[in-house]
Amino acid sequence: MEVLSDHNWVLTVGTFLPLVGVLIMLFIPKTDEVLSKSVAIATAAATLAVGIFTLIQFNYDHADKMQFAADAEWISVIKSSYLIGIDGISLPLYFLSMVITLLVMIYSWNHVPSPGNAKAFFILMLVLQTGMAGTFIARDLILFFVFFELVLLPMYFMIGVWGGENRQYASLKFFLYTMFGSALMLVAFLALFFKTGAESFSIPYLIENGAGIAKNTQIWIFAGMFVGFAVKVPMFPFHTWLPDAHTQAPTQGSVILAAILLKLGTYGFVRIAIPILPAAAKEWAPWIGLLAVIGIIYGALGCLAQTDMKRLIAFSSVAHMGYVMLGISTLTDFGLNAAMFGMVAHGLITGMLFFIAGSVKERYHTLEIKRLSGMLVQMPKLGWILGFSAMASLGLPGLAGFWGEFPAILSAYQPAEGLPVETFRTYMVIAAIGTVFAAAYLLWLYQRTAFGEPTAEFAAGHGHDEDIHDVNKFEWIAWTPLLIAIVVFGVYPQLMFKVLDPAVGVTLKAFGG
Amino acid sequence: MLSTSAAAWTTPVVDYHALAPEIILAGGIVLLLLLDLFISESKKWILTPVASFTALGAFIPVLTLALSDEGARSMFDGRYMVDDFSLVLKGLFLLAGYVVILLTSDHLREGDYYQGEYWFLLLSSILGMVMMASSRDLISIFVALEFLSIPAYMMAAWRKRDLKSNEAGIKYYLLGVFASAIMLYGMSLLYGIADSTLLVDIGKQLGEDVTAIRAVAVLFVVIGFAFKVSAVPFHTWAPDVYQGAPTPVTAFLSVASKAAGFVALVTVVYVGFPGSHEVWQPVFWILSALTMTVGNVMALKQTNIVRMLAYSSVAQGGFILMPLAVAGIDGVANSALRAVVTYLLVYAATNLGVFAVVMVVSRKTRSGEISSFGGLFSYAPGVASLMTIFLASLAGIPPLGGWFGKFAAFQSLVSAGNNWAYALAVIGGVNSVVAFGYYGNIMREMWMKPVPDGDTAPVKIHSSLGVALGITGLATLVLGVFPGLVIHFGDIAGLAGAFGN
Repeated sequence: MEVLSDHNWVLTVGTFLPLVGVLIMLFIPKTDEVLSKSVAIATAAATLAVGIFTLIQFNYDHADKMQFAADAEWISVIKSSYLIGIDGISLPLYFLSMVITLLVMIYSWNHVPSPGNAKAFFILMLVLQTGMAGTFIARDLILFFVFFELVLLPMYFMIGVWGGENRQYASLKFFLYTMFGSALMLVAFLALFFKTGAESFSIPYLIENGAGIAKNTQIWIFAGMFVGFAVKVPMFPFHTWLPDAHTQAPTQGSVILAAILLKLGTYGFVRIAIPILPAAAKEWAPWIGLLAVIGIIYGALGCLAQTDMKRLIAFSSVAHMGYVMLGISTLTDFGLNAAMFGMVAHGLITGMLFFIAGSVKERYHTLEIKRLSGMLVQMPKLGWILGFSAMASLGLPGLAGFWGEFPAILSAYQPAEGLPVETFRTYMVIAAIGTVFAAAYLLWLYQRTAFGEPTAEFAAGHGHDEDIHDVNKFEWIAWTPLLIAIVVFGVYPQLMFKVLDPAVGVTLKAFGG
Repeated sequence: MLSTSAAAWTTPVVDYHALAPEIILAGGIVLLLLLDLFISESKKWILTPVASFTALGAFIPVLTLALSDEGARSMFDGRYMVDDFSLVLKGLFLLAGYVVILLTSDHLREGDYYQGEYWFLLLSSILGMVMMASSRDLISIFVALEFLSIPAYMMAAWRKRDLKSNEAGIKYYLLGVFASAIMLYGMSLLYGIADSTLLVDIGKQLGEDVTAIRAVAVLFVVIGFAFKVSAVPFHTWAPDVYQGAPTPVTAFLSVASKAAGFVALVTVVYVGFPGSHEVWQPVFWILSALTMTVGNVMALKQTNIVRMLAYSSVAQGGFILMPLAVAGIDGVANSALRAVVTYLLVYAATNLGVFAVVMVVSRKTRSGEISSFGGLFSYAPGVASLMTIFLASLAGIPPLGGWFGKFAAFQSLVSAGNNWAYALAVIGGVNSVVAFGYYGNIMREMWMKPVPDGDTAPVKIHSSLGVALGITGLATLVLGVFPGLVIHFGDIAGLAGAFGN
């Protein structure tokens, strides 16, 4: 595969710069919280600056090619190398991870959750950033695996230390699920390595040679990867860790989890499983589609049953990732584009919703829906932002969510050649019904929390007036970029599609896409 | 050969450069004994630096030998080999020994133990290990094994007024002797079959045909070493001994002594019985599956940190055994050896680090319970972070050293490509998830639980313990990110005589 390797230091710097910040922060005394936070935010800002430089230098006429590609020796004995690069598929996610980290950090300036210790909290976020960015640039399976796992421990501690009441259970569940998935994934990677002649772990090499593996073997290897990635996405029935993790995680953890970590799974499908094992992908696609639509309906029904706002948003993630997986399962250019767009849109929108949930919790000290009411009266700005985000989430045309959802459903009308058309059309109908549910639970949530008068316990003069205030400065700084992006991508989706499309075409080469 | 050597006696050629590590160690040991005899009690502190410099001094010739281009040096008709395989393990034993010395120095002074004798025994045991790495003959292997074991029996009982420590010493001794007896029986059969004690000759004589008597001989020798590496079901001594012995001694036993057992096991299997893989492969398969499963399950329910680490070390042994279950298959021997050696190196660094942290923490809390780690992160974030790194490495989470050991083991299993190998890989995979149950439990205590007694005074780290923490922590990180630095140390080409090389 042809690669462009100008400026190939950019990705390495962008990925590892946060660790430099960590190193500096180690020498800052724990008591000097302001300095810790400043250094961390400065590091994240510098990282984002590198990200912007990447965005500018990226050659958009060659979005289908790996750019800033570098190849350095790493563990030559096992034929794994430091092979990195970025194309139209990874660029949006890579950049999104940098943006989200910085915004989350700004939000954390005066929102360090109990039990405090800003230094450790910010260090963990920086380590997470390296893991996330690294996963999106890796073009070698072992390198990918290492980065993929690097996010595990920081997130575990983030949930377990700074989370809600049930945090220990939730963090352990998150960890064990993911670890189990990764173990199978690693075995699948190894099997792939040996079945392609034990020559290399590099993804381009495996794409060239993976198709030659016997179909039955392919199906087994795909199954191993499937579990690893599906846990992360999460797909039904591997999703049960997600509501717990999200509900218990601190706001920052939820945002990062929803915006980026879940995408590591879907990204794995697009970048690794499907292009390397096309024959197996074809066999698996109807099943993936089935699980995806089950996820859509199950997630939506789950949402309707929730009494906790944050848990509801978590379940809506299951449904939204269902659309993404449905798009992927069609194995068409159209579906994959929708899925990739849906990943970014979900990152922006659900990230935003979790931010709001965090702020609501901070003000009312509860997220129980029936105790919340009249947000529009008490805090009009926050109420409107919630309304906006809910609309975006249910896929209102003109906002980013629409372009992930609608084309994904549409793509199921005509799946790739060789896939059962009737089955996918059935999926399409079910998924379309899912959008009705989505509108129902989101609007219902909005009605119950924002309309009407505040409940008696939170009405003015009942001792909560000090806590209940409208959007503050740090929240504005953290949220505005997300809100703008939701509108911009909603009005002008071509901005992202034109980057995605060429790269998606390369991914689907084996399917004649 | 023993039976014919009476005929003509020639003075053996002694390569002093090759023997320099052993000579320096022996010299240091004698010096320590003499110093201990003649200096006054108040000057006994001088013994610690002498012991440290002996271990480090012996490391210098290991380096020069490794850098020389001469290749494998064979002495005494090939009974004592200094090849790359032996050099990397000698290095491991000496550095691990040095870290143990760092761990011990304050412990000894505070506990009012005999110092001189302790250093003497520790260095003797290390000398035994260094010899083991080079032994290629049944007799030299046996001598090295006893040389490294007997001092360890005494060190386990070093807290002589503590009943638990006494129990540890006795138990270790009795079971150790029992294992030696079984092994000797196997060795005597081997000598009967091959008419030689030289491993290479035995390998040739055994060939590929398996008869009952040959199978028994191989089996007994393997079982003898299975005791040493505390493989289930021969592990029963480990928890009691680890818990009863002084903590630095436990660190030494769980790392260096275990590694020595694996070195011996690899040597006899690769050089002595390459053809008999039909006998030892299934044995290793069963031992490995049992060892990791039982070790993990038992570790899950421990409340004492050292006892938990004992079972964890049993379970880790199971992972190290994994690749040996397929080592006889064509083309796998090399990756299996690599996996074992790499795993041993990583495991040594990590496990010594864990024990260093345990010592730091138990000095403050005066408790051996896992719950005494509660809230460690709130008052000692540095120590807690290091412990997290070590535990994550033991659990095999990238990018910390342990992941690569596990990866290499899985890799050699998958490369074998048969269903037995896959089955073992799956068992190993499930076990590595289970293992997180107890490693994660300590992390949870440190990060998420309150301080049990409310005492949040910062912990004091003595300089020697700090150095030990620094070395092991750095090694754990570096080995995880750049495992390529060490993996070629396990190349089969470095083990002279392996699989008929």
